[in-house]
Amino acid sequence: MKWGRFMAFLVMVAVVIGLTVGTAMPIAKKIPLGLDLRGGVDLLYQIQPSSGQHITESGKQALLQAVELRVNNLGVASPIIDLEGRDQIRVQLAGVKDQAAAAKTIGETAQLAMYSSAKMDPKTGAPIAPAGKLLATGADLKSNASYVQDPNTGKNEVAISFKDPKKWENITSTYLGKPIYIFLNDNLLTDPVINEKMFTGDSVIYGPQLTTPQECQQLASQINAGALPYPLHLQSETSVGPSLGQASLQATLYAGMIAIILIFLFMIVLYRMAGLIADIALVAYGYLTILIFNGLHVVLTLSGLAALVLGVGMAVDANIITYERIKDEMRQGRSLRSAVKIGNKNALRAIIDSNATTFIAGAVMYWFGQGDIRGFSVALMVSIIVSLLTAVLLSRMMLLSFTNSGVVKRPWWYGVGKGVLKNDEA
Amino acid sequence: MKPKFDIIRLSKWFFLLSSLITVAGIVVFATLGFNLGTDFKAGSRVQMQLNQQVDETKVRQMFNSVGLKVDNTAVTVAGTGRNVAIVRFPEVLTPTQISQIDQAESKYFPKATVAPKVDTVDPYVAKQTAQKAALSILIAAAFIVIYIAIRFEFRFAVAGIVALLHDAFIVLAAFALLRREVDLTFVAAILTIVGYSINDTIVIFDRIRENLKIVKPKDVETLKQVVNRSLWQTMSRSINTVITVLIAAVILYFFGGVSIRNFTFALIIGLVSGAYSSIFIASPLWVVWRGRSLKKGKSGVKTHTA
Repeated sequence: MKWGRFMAFLVMVAVVIGLTVGTAMPIAKKIPLGLDLRGGVDLLYQIQPSSGQHITESGKQALLQAVELRVNNLGVASPIIDLEGRDQIRVQLAGVKDQAAAAKTIGETAQLAMYSSAKMDPKTGAPIAPAGKLLATGADLKSNASYVQDPNTGKNEVAISFKDPKKWENITSTYLGKPIYIFLNDNLLTDPVINEKMFTGDSVIYGPQLTTPQECQQLASQINAGALPYPLHLQSETSVGPSLGQASLQATLYAGMIAIILIFLFMIVLYRMAGLIADIALVAYGYLTILIFNGLHVVLTLSGLAALVLGVGMAVDANIITYERIKDEMRQGRSLRSAVKIGNKNALRAIIDSNATTFIAGAVMYWFGQGDIRGFSVALMVSIIVSLLTAVLLSRMMLLSFTNSGVVKRPWWYGVGKGVLKNDEA
Repeated sequence: MKPKFDIIRLSKWFFLLSSLITVAGIVVFATLGFNLGTDFKAGSRVQMQLNQQVDETKVRQMFNSVGLKVDNTAVTVAGTGRNVAIVRFPEVLTPTQISQIDQAESKYFPKATVAPKVDTVDPYVAKQTAQKAALSILIAAAFIVIYIAIRFEFRFAVAGIVALLHDAFIVLAAFALLRREVDLTFVAAILTIVGYSINDTIVIFDRIRENLKIVKPKDVETLKQVVNRSLWQTMSRSINTVITVLIAAVILYFFGGVSIRNFTFALIIGLVSGAYSSIFIASPLWVVWRGRSLKKGKSGVKTHTA
């Protein structure tokens, strides 16, 4: 019996159990849950066509697309967007921190306008309202606006490009040396003086309303989502409960706990000590997954949970593959120690290939999917990586140090029955 | 595990069984289609201000009393005081039904003072999500083919994808046949099954690949033996793994929430089908294909990919 190896094994077990018991709950509580699991905010918009404008079927589809684009720009997982009645759009969002800003981004068109002059506040001399000639609007801009940082000053800006570089060239040549006034929803954004003629149509805008990256991103996404075909008016804003139902989720939570306990017992019955090691690796899997979800600010939905369950399945599978291989090696007459070593080695390729294939599926789903599908694929990719770290790497380290410590010598501890072995002892 | 019976020899029966289910599924799709739930169908939305905390069971009873079936995921509680109930129906309610609901509300919830607000709803995002899910599974399948073709060989790739699509299809067919309701959670279930199916198949393919390095089959008979042995060598793993995941799915089905029952039902069918197809469809299919090139090829120049 080697006490050093056994101590190393005990330390690994203690670290996993200690960290999980000590810190898992507070971290888990920080993970935002999706609309289906916790509910969120329900926004109802009235489509209000301007006078003389008719709502057409294609116009409604364009409007829904624009709304969807704006919701996606908010970075919200799995929104629900419904067309309601003849002239209403209902949007349900989960995990939104600033509801008012979200409601605004979805419903308001960024009315970006550039004017040749402005009314000045008589007291301060600061420009307050547009005047003079309307030079350009948000509609003149391409849909590729983005948040940038000035490489020299570090100032937050929004990079824009004009659809027609000629137009911007004309403006900059006409008003060379003069200020122009850029308003966002009738508030002055900035009043830059044009210093040189611009030929490419590319420019940046900045101003007192664009100080944080978030503000810049919001303006950029509003410009990119374009003008809404019809103005929207926010009619109501209510909080909604989980779409899967409170009682139902409570029951599911308990059932999930029973399932985990049964899986743990099943592994121990099948593989004894090795099964227990697999169970500890599973605890580490759960803990690391929670940690990464929290770090990535993933909004967890039922699809995400499904992917995690699949991840648990794959993690358990990795251990089962390894233990069956170890049994195979023992049947061929290897000693306990070398069976554990060779078994681990032989199992690895199957585990890597099967996990890599599923990971590729996850990556493709992320690339081509949206909403719920993306939530699923992110959770799947995270759980595959974590399961390789825990169910393969950690589990292997624990198993090897336990085996090499020589605490137990009977293969029974690894789930190997009597009669399959040629020489019963290591 | 020792070979108990020759899986490969019996493979035509498994092909037949899977084909029969597939044909039955196609017939049902063509004639009846899916039983689409509220997530995918235009219908009505009833909002009730109850002025008391919403009791989901009572809300369901109320609608059942006027002959309306409420879907598993159709009831949502809203409002800061949790006193607004929102119920979605996959069909547009008639004026008669609406007045019946109005009467039932005053009977079941006397505190409610305002008549229920009924609107027609057309889900936009949910439909798109389902379409994109189908598309992403097909594209993912293409990429999986490339990976397996590089790591194993092209024939394994195709056999694996056939098994994957087989499992997704079996679940779709089961839902169409049993008239089970298809909602958004069903999409998540299909994605999970696809992931499980391919993972399960690859492990068996790995063992075949390994055994082919030891025994290089020169005729179809040896090839069949090698694959049969590989299947039995991985049998304990196949069974233990599927039992483990089934424990989770079955417990969640019976003791989990009613609103995810369709989801767990799809999982159970898909997991069983995934384990079945890896052993009885994917590997025999590969043998048939690989065996053909063995017959054609002259001895000595057989290409061996592993």
